[in-house]
Amino acid sequence: MNFYVLSLIKAALVAGVLLTLCAYLVWIERKVLGHIQLRPGPYRVGPHGLLQPLSDLIKLLTKEGVIPSTVNRFFYLLAPFVAVVLALTSIVVIPFGPEVEIFGVRTALGLTDLDIGILFIFALSSLGVYGIAIGGWASNNKYSLLGGLRSSAQMISYELPLALAIAAPLLIVNTLNFREMVVLQEGYWFGLIPKWNIFAGPFPQIFSFLIFLVAAFAETNRVPFDLPEAETELVGGFHTEYSSMMFASFFMAEYANIATICFVATSLFLGGWTPLWPAQYGSDLVPPLLIGGAGLLLLYHASQALKTRRWDRFSFPVFGAVFLGLAGLFLVPALKPVLVPLFWFAAKSGALIFLFVWIRGTLPRFRYDQLMRFAWTFLFPLSVVNLLITGLLVALA
Amino acid sequence: MFDVPLFLTFAAIAVACAINLVLQTHPISSALSLVGVMGSLAVLYLLLGGQFIAAVQLIVYAGAIMVLFIFVIMLLNAGAEKKPSRRVLSAAVALPLIFTALALGAALITTQIPRTAAVKFGAFQQGGAASVGRELFTRYLLPFEITSILILIAILGAIVLARKEI
Repeated sequence: MNFYVLSLIKAALVAGVLLTLCAYLVWIERKVLGHIQLRPGPYRVGPHGLLQPLSDLIKLLTKEGVIPSTVNRFFYLLAPFVAVVLALTSIVVIPFGPEVEIFGVRTALGLTDLDIGILFIFALSSLGVYGIAIGGWASNNKYSLLGGLRSSAQMISYELPLALAIAAPLLIVNTLNFREMVVLQEGYWFGLIPKWNIFAGPFPQIFSFLIFLVAAFAETNRVPFDLPEAETELVGGFHTEYSSMMFASFFMAEYANIATICFVATSLFLGGWTPLWPAQYGSDLVPPLLIGGAGLLLLYHASQALKTRRWDRFSFPVFGAVFLGLAGLFLVPALKPVLVPLFWFAAKSGALIFLFVWIRGTLPRFRYDQLMRFAWTFLFPLSVVNLLITGLLVALA
Repeated sequence: MFDVPLFLTFAAIAVACAINLVLQTHPISSALSLVGVMGSLAVLYLLLGGQFIAAVQLIVYAGAIMVLFIFVIMLLNAGAEKKPSRRVLSAAVALPLIFTALALGAALITTQIPRTAAVKFGAFQQGGAASVGRELFTRYLLPFEITSILILIAILGAIVLARKEI
């Protein structure tokens, strides 16, 4: 197929999935936070609140976009645009799966294959600071300015440990290309332990992974580092004066950043799309078993005649059937080489995204000076020491 | 096929942002125009084959140095400058001088500098991280180390100048 047509189709697919993922990340976050706090979360709009993101989207689109008269109009309107464009563009270098052949078309699952993939992600996350800084400044409001400045200072401070934590496994894989990195992590030691970077080489990169996760929380302005947008401290921080679609853009940019950082962590440390144990010991059956098991559980509950709401008597069997159909798709041999790597990639990234939401429900937030001191006096020296040890062991090996 | 139009577009954007930088009255608008110049330069490096330098330009120059510029401007609360009077007179004197200088420069370049082959976009293949790193640590090691000492001196100077008397 023509290269441009194929790229257009892949880009449309990835864009669609990413935007849906951003919307449903909101749902996942609200449900998981709710259950951590012993309440059900959104429940009324659609079965178990599944249509809540749609209703939020409709509300935000149709709401009046109030632009205060005292703002700097050009930069006020530019900031959410910059934030969301940079956040959504960083998905192009992430590899989702190996080279496969679907319906006669041979293509690699992923949009591009840049030789400087990691540097591209760094560049876009460094530029993403502008969206927040300009948004906070253009709002002509002291809380927004403070929130914007604090958020920008936090993001650039934590970029250093993030970069040093990424540099350590790069010493082991010797390439900046995401796809090559994942391909180097295929294979198993003793036929059983995957050759992921956290188990790898002369120095298992578990410390790099932990430093990366902590810095990732700070880069995406998530709890415990979310003082710049905390409601109890700064009203809304940099997005105080924004309403409707502009606020939705900042929101979407934040969730897209979370998704991208989890994808980067998966490709760099957890082996991307490679399964947890070799395919000959049955790891290809994990996706249909898990999804089919969930479907069977839903069907069992549907048959139990519980005292549920009226639509649960309808939604449980329907979702059970959908899940069983999805599990059946995994058993089709033509689709297996496509779907199984995608499942493992989604499972690992999903686990990290769940970790992000879990920590939001668990930890209190840092005070701003504690946050900055933690970055410069603890995390940065730790990441330098980690890099030095990795470099020494790689050079000696 | 797209190389020359892309080059012309981003060169035009770079020049336009640079002119905007000088013509704007508010420092933040000038700083963001400078970010636009940095971004366009990164695309030009990319077109020439220097992908590592393009990425590093965005990370370091546009993403760190200019962010600090903008921080300082925001913290100092610098406002828009007042438009100076006698703008028409200064424009009437300066613009012909600028055009003369540009014309002179173009004439000198086209007549004095010998004709070389046009740039073939995509001919330079050693722009990746490995090649740049190898050159930096073997052939250009001394300039690299001296530059890092220079940056250290600058940081020390800034700290000495900015600290309060205890």
